[in-house]
Amino acid sequence: MRYEAPESVEGAVALLAGANGEARVLAGGTDLLVQMRADVVDPDLIVDIKKIPETRAISEEKGGWRIGAAVTGAELKEHARLRKAWPGVVEAANLIGSTQVQGRATMGGNLCNGSPAADSVPALIAAGAVATLAGPKGKRDLPVEDVMLGPRKLALQKGEFVASFLLPPRPPRASDAYLRFIPRTEMDIAVVGAGVSLTLDGGGTITAARVSLGAVAPRVLLVPEAAQAIIGSRLDEAAQRRLEAAARAACRPIDDKRGTTEFRIDVAAVLARRTALIALDRARAS
Amino acid sequence: MAETNGHSKTNGQSYVGTRTIRPDGVDKVTGRARFGADFNLAGQLIGRVLRSPHPHARIVSIDTSKAEALPGVKAVVTRDDFPDQSSEFIPAGEMMMNYKDVVRNVMAREKALYEGHAVAAVAATSVAIARRALKLIEVKYEVLPHVIDVVEAMRPGAPLLHDDLFTVGVEPKPEKPSNIAKRFEIKQGDVEAGFKKADIIVEREFKTAPVHQGYIEPHAALATASEDGSAEVWTTTQGHFIVRAHCARLLGLDIGKVRVTATEIGGGFGGKTVVYLEPLAIALSKKAKRPVKMVMSREEVFKASGPTSGATVRVKMGATKDGKFVAGAAELKYQAGAFQGSPVQPGVMCAYAPYDIENVHVIGYDVVSNRPKVAAYRAPGAPISEYAVESVVDEIAKKLRLDPIELRMMNAAREGTKAAYGPKFGPIGLEETLNSIKKTEHWNTPLRKWQGRGVASGFWFNIGGETCASLTVNEDGTVSLVAGTPDIGGLRASLAAVAADELGVPYDKVRPIIGDTGSLGFNFLTGGSRSAFSGSMAIVEAAKQIKADLCARACKLWEAKPDQVEWKDGAVRPLGALAEKAKPMTVADFAKVAGKTGGPIGGVGRINAQGAGPSFGTHLVDLEVDPETGRVTILRYTVAQDAGRALHPAYVEGQFQGGAVQGIGWALNEEYIYGEDGKLQNAGFLDYRMPVASDVPMIDAILVEVGNPKHPYGVRGVGETPIVPPLGAIANAMENATGIRFTELPMSPPKVLKALKEKGAARA
Amino acid sequence: MAKHHIETTVNGDPVEFLCETEETLLDVLRDTLLLTGSKEGCASGDCGACSVMLDGRLVCSCLVLGCEVAGRKVETIEGMAQGETLHPLQQSFLEHAALQCGICTPGFLVAGKALLEKNPNPTETEVRYWLAGNLCRCTGYDKIVSAVMDTAAALRKG
Repeated sequence: MRYEAPESVEGAVALLAGANGEARVLAGGTDLLVQMRADVVDPDLIVDIKKIPETRAISEEKGGWRIGAAVTGAELKEHARLRKAWPGVVEAANLIGSTQVQGRATMGGNLCNGSPAADSVPALIAAGAVATLAGPKGKRDLPVEDVMLGPRKLALQKGEFVASFLLPPRPPRASDAYLRFIPRTEMDIAVVGAGVSLTLDGGGTITAARVSLGAVAPRVLLVPEAAQAIIGSRLDEAAQRRLEAAARAACRPIDDKRGTTEFRIDVAAVLARRTALIALDRARAS
Repeated sequence: MAETNGHSKTNGQSYVGTRTIRPDGVDKVTGRARFGADFNLAGQLIGRVLRSPHPHARIVSIDTSKAEALPGVKAVVTRDDFPDQSSEFIPAGEMMMNYKDVVRNVMAREKALYEGHAVAAVAATSVAIARRALKLIEVKYEVLPHVIDVVEAMRPGAPLLHDDLFTVGVEPKPEKPSNIAKRFEIKQGDVEAGFKKADIIVEREFKTAPVHQGYIEPHAALATASEDGSAEVWTTTQGHFIVRAHCARLLGLDIGKVRVTATEIGGGFGGKTVVYLEPLAIALSKKAKRPVKMVMSREEVFKASGPTSGATVRVKMGATKDGKFVAGAAELKYQAGAFQGSPVQPGVMCAYAPYDIENVHVIGYDVVSNRPKVAAYRAPGAPISEYAVESVVDEIAKKLRLDPIELRMMNAAREGTKAAYGPKFGPIGLEETLNSIKKTEHWNTPLRKWQGRGVASGFWFNIGGETCASLTVNEDGTVSLVAGTPDIGGLRASLAAVAADELGVPYDKVRPIIGDTGSLGFNFLTGGSRSAFSGSMAIVEAAKQIKADLCARACKLWEAKPDQVEWKDGAVRPLGALAEKAKPMTVADFAKVAGKTGGPIGGVGRINAQGAGPSFGTHLVDLEVDPETGRVTILRYTVAQDAGRALHPAYVEGQFQGGAVQGIGWALNEEYIYGEDGKLQNAGFLDYRMPVASDVPMIDAILVEVGNPKHPYGVRGVGETPIVPPLGAIANAMENATGIRFTELPMSPPKVLKALKEKGAARA
Repeated sequence: MAKHHIETTVNGDPVEFLCETEETLLDVLRDTLLLTGSKEGCASGDCGACSVMLDGRLVCSCLVLGCEVAGRKVETIEGMAQGETLHPLQQSFLEHAALQCGICTPGFLVAGKALLEKNPNPTETEVRYWLAGNLCRCTGYDKIVSAVMDTAAALRKG
């Protein structure tokens, strides 16, 4: 098994594109190493992208935020201004695993692991994040909701990897939140995850919203109907019921060792509502 | 600084009952302490096990030739390397097992009986080569239908695991084999007559899933075998003398030629009372002529060690309208795993033990099925049966509108009560624990909506058993203490305190170690809550010998007669007129003149400790249910348990707290999840959900001390009882919070939410 | 495939070793460097028994490859005591009886020390959530949390 740590995007792309056999990108390693140990994956080549500066940087760009794909959850948490602008994204990334895992895990890895239960992905999708992919044909942008196509299936071509994310500019009176349901208080994979980002006008009415649900379908869902349910409202009781109904309708969950289909649908509705209420409170306060 | 808390050297200082620093503590907080996988020998090979992917299959053939040919592979073993064993039952912790089954569990013979069953093992020069070698072993399986659930396994026509298993304990003896190994019952009085006297009868059926002991340290063993028929093993175990016996038997070695060292052990809870890797490591080492080190992965621990039974339990209790229990019946069906030997017997015995009931009839079935062979798990069998009984007791309390503590108090076993399983209790502390709970602020704190409070009591008999321990006085007056039961929770601190008090030496001058099997006579394993109870008894015996010896030496030195000297307050003292000539001499004084007065000073306690006293406990829990998701949060938890006499209060509290949290996990989230294919779906800490620090509050521990008159210090074993009440207490709190009686564990969120919805209480 | 030659710093000492690509930092620490204080409980990042500090960051060493630590700074339990003086948290664990079998203790100490360096005044909840990645099966966490909180208070007093 080869290990390479290129120091440029081009270097990484060349390695990935030219690989004979299976090549894997290594960012935080919190999924890859576990899968290697369990014999689920046996790569011939590991490409560690952490030496590439743009994968590790957080910077403001065009009023928004560019976050390197290999920035860790812990680093996101320590960035006060990013946390203030996107508390939902930051808290989502910091729910992955434990303190130790958050010291290594990255949003790039979380997305590219291809699990519909990934914690940071619903928050990124709700935020309207765009992934910048680097590949043999150069760079291209994809909305995060279009990157994961199904369990372990990504829209990446051979030689491509996710280099960074761009979060859009934040208007005033806007905020986001992420909640997940797990049976314990920590350390579980999300049984349901909900990310909500919304914007209010001066009067407190929701003028824009994005709602994303995780772990309730083969991919993380962007649920436009759920957003429609609350846009134009102040998230009153009726809007909450519409939101819950839209969330329920969007779910196509499985029965597995973490939750039954029925349970996931019920909890998706509850979480969508609770997450939206938190985002609303934050937006009012911002 | 790493020193004990300022105990003086002068006599009158007592260490028993104080919170001394444990002698093995500094090594444990610095990472220096050596656990099972921390041992290495020069030239060692890495051993790995090939395990059956099928839950039930005939092993048609095993071809290891390609693996043996792989460069770097030095040995391969299969069933052919282990001679078959005749049928013989032996104790395994507090359960029994049969050598014929042990050899088959260690290495499958005719059949693979569970996913994970060992089929072959290799020793190679590196991990990578060992892993590759396993992939080269070709096993032909004839896959058979499997059965896991205990009720399913009992049905006629269920897939049969052993065609020579005929139910013991039924008349007439069955002609056909089945999966029911044994039927066991206890009877007292006449339950039918009792039920006729009852004003209220409650009957319920309960179901629990298999759970794992969850020790953080996987099994590990390092073995080196010699051409002369000897072997040395370092292993993480609760009983190195037991390991020695099993390995000698399985490999045809003399017991005296097998030397086993118990490494520090990273948790056991009963799961490390049997052998898995040790015989394999010795067999491989014999073939490879090099040491072999074997460590289980976490997945192997879940799939191939000894998780406890899942069970189906039916309980029927009758009471008068005043709350007197008049009849208690129960039927317990426990999974044994692939081979017979579930803890259904202790489960039967413990079910009604906390109560004085005239008429009792409990039946238990030991049933095999295609999952790993059950090993002991902390008070084996009792948590399951007492969950069921305590739930029904709670229901009776509700129906009769009686306070649940008062109801238990009314029926509590006390000194003189004859337990349905046989003995008459001596002094016991159940009522004291109930009273302690009643007096707590916890009990008297109001609750809010969706919060519930539950209480339950529990019991474990505790055992004594064969124990040897030695005390040796060194030339500088320090004392070396060698015990023979592995220290899984602070034992050395307790034993050192006892030795210090007995001999009048400062605590930090006593150095306790756990000796290997060559250092002492036979010690039964650490289990049955016996190590402090029996170990301290053996230390007292050893100290007695030393004191007698020192008195004799004093007589020689002082030219006195035996009635002119006595041991008192840490010294041999001259009596009467002799006191004008001679000055008292301490252990340290004698140490200086040991050679001159006859040689080295020491004593060995070799006992079969009797008189273990049962420990009763009562737990109180507050919890809150999220009605929209079914998630349960434990808000508050109090344990009151009778320790007899706490040799080291902090480590006794630790047992209470640890057992309670294991019970919380068992009640709420832990379970073995099998697919239709009979394969385990959650063989890791991610989806086998044990409580983490944020899942639980502080666990308040109330130490009750009703001395055990049969122990020199009044000690009762305490380690196991703490896991017995939590399941019932939490189920009772859930009923209190939701109005729903949960008769199936774990009470995980999907189940809770479903029940809430069905009750119409949820708003989802 | 030739092994990687890695130069790094462990507990302040310059260290070099050879490792295969698939060997984790935990494998290297335990099997190559013979620093067995960090423990393997699961090899999947779920138990925290292998906790170490990497460039001042609390991580599971089973989730880091040996070849990733070239030029970095690794701190393990073996480096926690200062010469003959135990770190206050180590001493506190002893005094509180915050360990029973002790297998999880190195992980908890490394994690607890990391917490106190980041947050000298944590609430009980903050302590519990920070330590949620460290499994203990013996103690029920009670005395561990007490030891961490009391150490925090003692360190604040100075």
